Amino acid sequence: MGSKRMTSLLNAFTSLRRRREADTTKKPARSSASRVIMPSVDIAPDDPLVEYLVGAPEPVELKQLHLDTPAVRGLREAGVTLIIPLVSQGELMGLLNLGPRLSEQEYSRDDRRLLSDLATQAAPAVRVAQLVREQKSQERERERIEQELRIARIIQQTLLPKELPDLPGWRVDAYYQPARAVGGDFYDFITLDDGRMALVVGDVTDKGVPAALVMATTRSILRSAAQSQTSPGEVLERANDLLHPDIPPKMFVTCFYAVLDPRTGRLAYANAGHDLPYHRRGENVVELRATGMPLGLMPGMRYEERETSLAPGDSVLFYSDGLVEAHNIEREMFSFGRLMEFLGAKANGDDSLVERVLAELAAFTGAGWEQEDDVTLVTLERAERPHDDASHAGSSPAHLASDEHWSSIDSFTVPSAPGNERLAISLLENALREITIAPRPLERLKTAVGEATMNAMEHGNNYHAELPVEVEALLSGGRVMVRITDRGGAPMHEPELPDIEAKLAQEQTPRGWGLFLIKNLVDEMRVTSDGTRHTVELIVSREGENHASASL
Amino acid sequence: MPAQAFNAQVRREQPRAVILDLHGEINGFAEEALNQAYAEAESVRPDTILLNFSDVDYINSTGIALIVGLLARARKQHIPLRACGLSDHYMEIFTITRLADFMGLYGDEASALASAPAGPAKPSESA
Repeated sequence: MGSKRMTSLLNAFTSLRRRREADTTKKPARSSASRVIMPSVDIAPDDPLVEYLVGAPEPVELKQLHLDTPAVRGLREAGVTLIIPLVSQGELMGLLNLGPRLSEQEYSRDDRRLLSDLATQAAPAVRVAQLVREQKSQERERERIEQELRIARIIQQTLLPKELPDLPGWRVDAYYQPARAVGGDFYDFITLDDGRMALVVGDVTDKGVPAALVMATTRSILRSAAQSQTSPGEVLERANDLLHPDIPPKMFVTCFYAVLDPRTGRLAYANAGHDLPYHRRGENVVELRATGMPLGLMPGMRYEERETSLAPGDSVLFYSDGLVEAHNIEREMFSFGRLMEFLGAKANGDDSLVERVLAELAAFTGAGWEQEDDVTLVTLERAERPHDDASHAGSSPAHLASDEHWSSIDSFTVPSAPGNERLAISLLENALREITIAPRPLERLKTAVGEATMNAMEHGNNYHAELPVEVEALLSGGRVMVRITDRGGAPMHEPELPDIEAKLAQEQTPRGWGLFLIKNLVDEMRVTSDGTRHTVELIVSREGENHASASL
Repeated sequence: MPAQAFNAQVRREQPRAVILDLHGEINGFAEEALNQAYAEAESVRPDTILLNFSDVDYINSTGIALIVGLLARARKQHIPLRACGLSDHYMEIFTITRLADFMGLYGDEASALASAPAGPAKPSESA
């Protein structure tokens, strides 16, 4: 029994006593003496008096009580002469404290029996009253928690995307199921000015309103940084530096930030301590690994930036730890290994990746699963065959190559600086090292890619080093394709056809060989532009026999 | 693949032939060194200038333009320009661009010098 409870009882008793005295106002001779109000006496639960009274639940005259405890002293100072313990089910519920009789006589045996009977009746009633009050208090606390959870849910659901991005040739899906306690999961899609899409999956430590508020702040910071920074690593760096000064102690945010170019399938990404997404190609599943500390822990962090390419049929699963840390009734965890194994298994039917993962999770956890944490899934799936959306016809490199199934081998970028076409050639050689390709078409392709990269750096990106040239190597049976993309947007300027005799006669500039060489070194050249980006596709036969050599 | 800075040495192998030994990559960065070497070669008024590409592993379109510029200069001065030591790939590039129509291409230095004309160069000489 807490001391507060005991105090309350004393007050209640005092009130009762006052009311009773008020009823006797018709007897003025006694009323003045009865107006004495006893001060409250706090009795600590571990005061020896409590144990004494529970052991002997009878009226006790204080002057005969040989016990010197803080409670006894307090009662005596308050003018109490007789205490009647209220004991119910072996627990001291309170005390009836009486001062001296108004007649100034001792309490008689009958008085004490009467008071004892009264205590016997009152104790259970007091217990019930206390239980009711405790119940009401718990109810209020539950309502407060429920209200807080409602607010947290509203914050999160208001800020999660209302619609999924509509990317021709892609299937984007998302699923978010908050746990009862509402964790700090979030995801977001941000359309960038150059037609690319940023994708964010994150998780705030803690739960409820604090996590929801940090999630809202992080989302805003990331949205702002995404528009002002060009690379995923820089976005996370900026977000971390903005978040760190204001995030509450012991809280942080894990976050995976990726930028997809839906036209080429290139996916650049950086990671702030989040669970690694899985990239699925056929039955191969690899983690998209990049290192970096969670946001908000320390200022001045740097984030590794990586890049991959999503070929037709490829998919990527982004998720939160609520998925891999889900437990079944045997307390086994769903785990990364199980998820990876599942993703690598052959898929049947037309269900989306999200639907299949959720079905696997449900089969694992069984019916009646009490979700421990938020579960968030976001998937990117590139269509097996390039889309035939007429609105994009002619503007998408994927569309241009629609007759063949091209698989991406590798992709990379080179900064737009004079001489960097050599870097592109070197990286291309490295990308093709596992591919069987005859020396002659390989040399032709290298030179053509070098020239196309020079054009992209000079004419497309005006040698702005911060604008990279993107290069992707793809394979389709006996043919190799290399895509070179710049940010020029405008179609390539077709120079005057070089004429060696006019050049030697100095009627033409000695320059202007680049495009001429490209066209004469590859089997096929395709050019496309979407107004923002300009792409050249160069195709050669791996055997070299398809090439119409030196078609002058 | 680290970039190899271009340099050229001028060498007189025969009384009337000057050889330019080219090293590195022939691109826009090579312009000054290449033109200086050529100026040194033409200053002795040789019968033939031979460009030795044995130690050249990369020529881009700007490099082709530089060679076209040298060829135009040589033709103006009636000095035959020859080339040796080109890889099969760059032999093909010289064929595609028709440089091969206006300058003799030889497998090595010896065969290039062996076929050098004894008398004054003819402006229209081709391989």
